[in-house]
Parts: sequence; structure tokens; C-alpha cells
Amino acid sequence: MERDDLIEYSLPQEGKVGLHNEEEGLKIRKKIYKVTVLLTAVTIVEVFLGAVIKQDAAIWPFVKWLFVALTLLKAGYIVIIFMHLGDERPWLRYVILVPYFIFILYLIFIALVEAIHIKEVLSLFY
Amino acid sequence: MGSHSIQLDRKTLWGGKISPFQVSYGKMMMWFFLVSDALTFSGLLVAYGFTRHDCLESWPIGEETFNSLPFLGHGFPLLYVALMTFILIVSSVTMVLAVEAGHRMDKRGVIKWMIATIIGGFFFVGSQAWEWYHFIHGSEFGKVELADGSVAIVKGHFGEIENFTVIEGGRHHKKGEVIKEDLMHSFQHAAADGHIKNGIITLEDGSKATISKAKDHELTLILKKSGKQFKSDKNHRVITGKKAEELYYSAIYAGEENRVIYGANLKQNEYGPQQYAQFFFFITGFHGFHVFSGVVINIMICLGVVSGTYHKRGHYEMVEKTGLYWHFVDLVWVFVFTFFYLI
Repeated sequence: MERDDLIEYSLPQEGKVGLHNEEEGLKIRKKIYKVTVLLTAVTIVEVFLGAVIKQDAAIWPFVKWLFVALTLLKAGYIVIIFMHLGDERPWLRYVILVPYFIFILYLIFIALVEAIHIKEVLSLFY
Repeated sequence: MGSHSIQLDRKTLWGGKISPFQVSYGKMMMWFFLVSDALTFSGLLVAYGFTRHDCLESWPIGEETFNSLPFLGHGFPLLYVALMTFILIVSSVTMVLAVEAGHRMDKRGVIKWMIATIIGGFFFVGSQAWEWYHFIHGSEFGKVELADGSVAIVKGHFGEIENFTVIEGGRHHKKGEVIKEDLMHSFQHAAADGHIKNGIITLEDGSKATISKAKDHELTLILKKSGKQFKSDKNHRVITGKKAEELYYSAIYAGEENRVIYGANLKQNEYGPQQYAQFFFFITGFHGFHVFSGVVINIMICLGVVSGTYHKRGHYEMVEKTGLYWHFVDLVWVFVFTFFYLI
């Protein structure tokens, strides 16, 4: 059988991904630089907050969730723009992302619940 | 009838040529590999979260543990990891620019940006090596167990050890000799083994010496475990000033073994619970291994670009596939950065 990666480029649809000309390239690069600035800014904000706000401060729980949200924002930009997942077919997107929404969210939930329980049990002995 | 079905087979049915996802086989398999690899990292980070949730108070805090910069000493919370994160983000950007150049069939552009990516990757691996070195060697003060059984980490500026003056000769050193080499190393070894008592250090060759040491500045104890007297709760966990100095030196000069721990290994570490260092080594090590293999793959693909293999093929999809892997490495670091260093 012929190898499809040798015989044809796989993503010609709607001119989104695949070969493009100089003009489209310019646009794409502009987008890439925009995302770069955004990711850097988010990292700077995170480090600033992490260094300034102590973990026993009253505002800390809010900052903690802000960190999680910013991380998901960064991850989203990396996956959608840098890895071009936003330009792929919807079903490929679902195949890649749905496992996390099902399994990992559940795993996080169950691990944290279990950790609280184990902490309680251990505190009876120590 | 027969000829009709043959026509159907060739023209309208999927014969393995065009993927239903409209991606090539190689790219789809790279995605599937990344999905499984991401599940591995998710498992590791969830395990980390589990353990951390389990021993909440004694767990080290990122900004207290990672606050050093090369050549500049400490007092720079999180700046070094921030720099590492920035390097990795930039190398991710150069990689996506290489992919973009590939879409324009711009061979020189691809080579330029791929080399930039490889350099960024080496910088990151090198930074991680420094961080491991620093983590393993630990701080100048170490973690100390105070007289009441409470455990504290120590911050501040360690006054330099000027020399040891031998007062009782051993196998190596003679009485009256002034030792000026390897001071810090000998001091930490002796302190950890309980060989310093009342300001007199017993060196490895059996000789005894007095320590001449400059004064420490801003010595601060941060309690990680409560003892009989000192509690590691919100309002009392930080001890500063003269009291901190007295407590610290009475502990390490007590002449008892394991009162102070310097650095980290798989059995003990100065930062927090034993699992902390194990998770640090495993998660950052596993990620660092991914970065390293990513750099190697990038070099191989870059050589392919230089030799013109992909240009002849008519597309630079191989660059795109390594690009996917490289962005994934960056993606994992974004999560490690948050959950290991920030939170």
C-alpha cells in the first residue's frame, strides 16, 4: 500500500492548514507573535503573584484558583494555536480532548476525596 | 453490475487513502501518542496532588524552596523557574515558526527556526541540570530539628566560614594548623553527623578544631512541623532575630546525629516530607527526559531538512509532527510549573 504521508498532503481543506502563500504566512505569524506576548504576560503575572502573595494570606484560595485558570488558558492557547488543533476536523478534536474531560477530572476528584479521608484516618494514629 | 461496484470501490469508498479525520497516518499517531503520554503525566501530577493533600502543612512552598539564581545567590523567589518557563515558551514559538515556514516551502526559514528551537531546548535542559544540582546540594543552612522536636527550614545569609584552627591533631592535620580549604563541605558533613559540639568541630581525620565564622544575617526559622514548644501554625511558624540564631546553633552544635539535613536525595531532604523530593526527581526528571529526547528528534529532523529530504517530498509534514511533540513538552511544563512551583 502507498504511504499517504508520501503521496499527498493531508490537510488541503478551506486553506486553513497545509501549504499557504507568503501573504497568509504573514497573517499566521502575526497571530503567533500575539500568542507569544500573551503567554509571556500570563507567566509574568503568575510569577509576580506567586512571589508576592503568601500562602497563608486570606486571598490565597482565590489566587490558587486563578493560577489553575491561567494555566488552562495557557494550555488552551498552546494546543489550539501552536499545535493547530483548532484547525483540525471537529471529530479529531473530540477524540483527543474528551478523554481528559471524562477520566482526568474524575481522577482528580477521586484522588482528592481519598486524600482527605486518608488524612483523617492517619490523624487518629499520629 | 460488476464494473459498477469496482467503480464504487475506487472512487467513493474509503480505501485507506484519505483519513476520515483528514490527517495523515503519521500525524494522527503522533496525536494518539501524545494523548497517552499526557495521561501518564496527568497520573503523575494527580499522584502528586494526592500526596500533597495528604500532608498539607508540612509540604514545602515553591517560593520558599526555589528562590536562587545562578551567580547571584538566593532571595529571588521563582525567578529561575520563570526564566526556564520563558525559555521553553520561546522555543515553542520558534518551533511553530519553523512549521509555518514549512508551509511556505521556505527551506532556509525552517532550518533557521529549528536551530533556534534546538538551542532553546539545550538551554532548558541545562537549566534543569543546574536546578537539580542546586536541589540536591541544598542550602547553606539546611533543615534543622530544634530541641523540642519541631522541624524548621532556615532562610537568611550564611556568614562565611573563614578557617578552622586545629587544637588537637589527627591523622592528617597537626596542632596549630589553620585550615582554609573545603570548609563548607567539612562543616556540613560534621554538622549532619553530629561532630560539632560547643563550637568545636571534629574533622574527618579525627582532629579537633575551632571554627572561625562570620556572623549570619537575617537568620529566619520557618517551622514545618510542630514540637512541644514551637507550633507550625499560621501565626507562629516564623521565628526571627536573636532567638532564631540561638535555636539554630544550639541544634546543630548539639553534637547529635541527624539534627540537620542538607540538600536532598531519595531518602531524606531538607525541603519537606520524603515524598516531596521523590516527586520532584520523578516528575521534573521525566519531563526533562522528554525535553532531551525532543531535542534529539529535532536535531534528526533538522538534518533531514538540511539534506532536502522533505523539500523533495513536496511538504514539511515531518517538521509539523516533531513540532507537535515539542509543543506537548511545553504544555506539560506549563502544568508542572503551576502545580509544582506556584501552588
